[in-house]
Amino acid sequence: MIRHHLSDDLLTGYCAGSLPEAFNVLIATHVSLCDECRARLASLEALGGALLESAGPVAMDNGALAATLARIMGQPPMPWTAPARPKGLFPEPLRARVGGDLDAVRWRPVGGGVRQAILPTSGRASLRLLHIPGGGAVPDHGHKGTELTLVLQGAFRDESDRFGPGDVEIADAEVHHTPVAEAGPACICLAATDAPLRFKGLVPRLVQPFVKI
Amino acid sequence: MLQVLAKPHTVASPPGTGSVADRIGVRNPLTGTDDSHTHAAWMLRVARDADQKAFAALFSHFAPRIKAFLMKSGAPAAQAEDCAQDVMATVWRKAAMFDPSRATAATWIFTIARNRRIDLLRRDARPEPEDLPWGPEPDLDAEAALALQQDTDRLGAALAALPQTQRELIEKAYFGDLSHGEIARTTGLPLGTIKSRIRLALDKLRQSMS
Repeated sequence: MIRHHLSDDLLTGYCAGSLPEAFNVLIATHVSLCDECRARLASLEALGGALLESAGPVAMDNGALAATLARIMGQPPMPWTAPARPKGLFPEPLRARVGGDLDAVRWRPVGGGVRQAILPTSGRASLRLLHIPGGGAVPDHGHKGTELTLVLQGAFRDESDRFGPGDVEIADAEVHHTPVAEAGPACICLAATDAPLRFKGLVPRLVQPFVKI
Repeated sequence: MLQVLAKPHTVASPPGTGSVADRIGVRNPLTGTDDSHTHAAWMLRVARDADQKAFAALFSHFAPRIKAFLMKSGAPAAQAEDCAQDVMATVWRKAAMFDPSRATAATWIFTIARNRRIDLLRRDARPEPEDLPWGPEPDLDAEAALALQQDTDRLGAALAALPQTQRELIEKAYFGDLSHGEIARTTGLPLGTIKSRIRLALDKLRQSMS
């Protein structure tokens, strides 16, 4: 049961296509798991449809239809094909990024038993997978920007609440938190940050440039 | 100024509706009129029968709106023209993916135009969520498609009724291809004000739908 959903701001930005790639991947992954956010996204897309309908038309060039028919000539519409629904932990948008499921992730230790894997995205925001052992903690940190954390397996708690599979925590610049994984199986999360995390302790701050957390 | 949403069943039917049209002819359960010329029915004719007349009808309605949408995003007219043709070619190729019980033709075409614009403006990559595992219904579910169309019509009317400041912010967020932070810079409004105005506008739209 997903209790923590995406905000209107994030869903609108995703719908319009104006967010950094790291956020887009995380949001697409959450929507793959969450019927409620899928429905909200559909309603925002319907708003896009209404905006398109109400856009004052701009006349196409003479011969535009013929030119378009020339582009498609000889190609009948493609038949419907069933969408990819991978069996595994990662929904398709994340699986495509990783190049496989959990077993394809190339983890790097970042201390305290926590492991991470940075996924390549555009430079506007960073995306990484986190593997936190049961009972383990991610170092206390704040953010310069927004950090989204999507739980894929296990659960964590921080000062605000509990986050289980499918939940998204939205932490903005004011939030200073120490996520702690619940005892039991490791907590695996996908995190997107639009500015580097700012760690409170001196040692993590010294280490930060090297681990790129 | 936003125009009142064009209603598909008031749009002229494509010339020479053939036997296929009879097969997927739809009776509007409320008005009892034949709605086989709605955008959704045209889409199905393209998907099933590669019907160029139905495509031409869709083209004459949507291509000029896609062009307007891309020009509002900052594309020069020639580039918007080329991309609008490209979007319509994609509408043809992917017509079988259109499911009239889940989206109106306008909504579905909006998503294709949006994706083309992301490429055009070299915006960040945007993967789609996993699609639902079931395909489009084999037959047009007239009531579902009509209900969806009526919702969209109400949404268009509600959009037109919004206070101008809120409507402009929504248009900027969708057409201007700006993040809230960028809107703050172009309008000079503080970010908190913009977020709350967009939220207010979305709440109003929701209320007008319920």
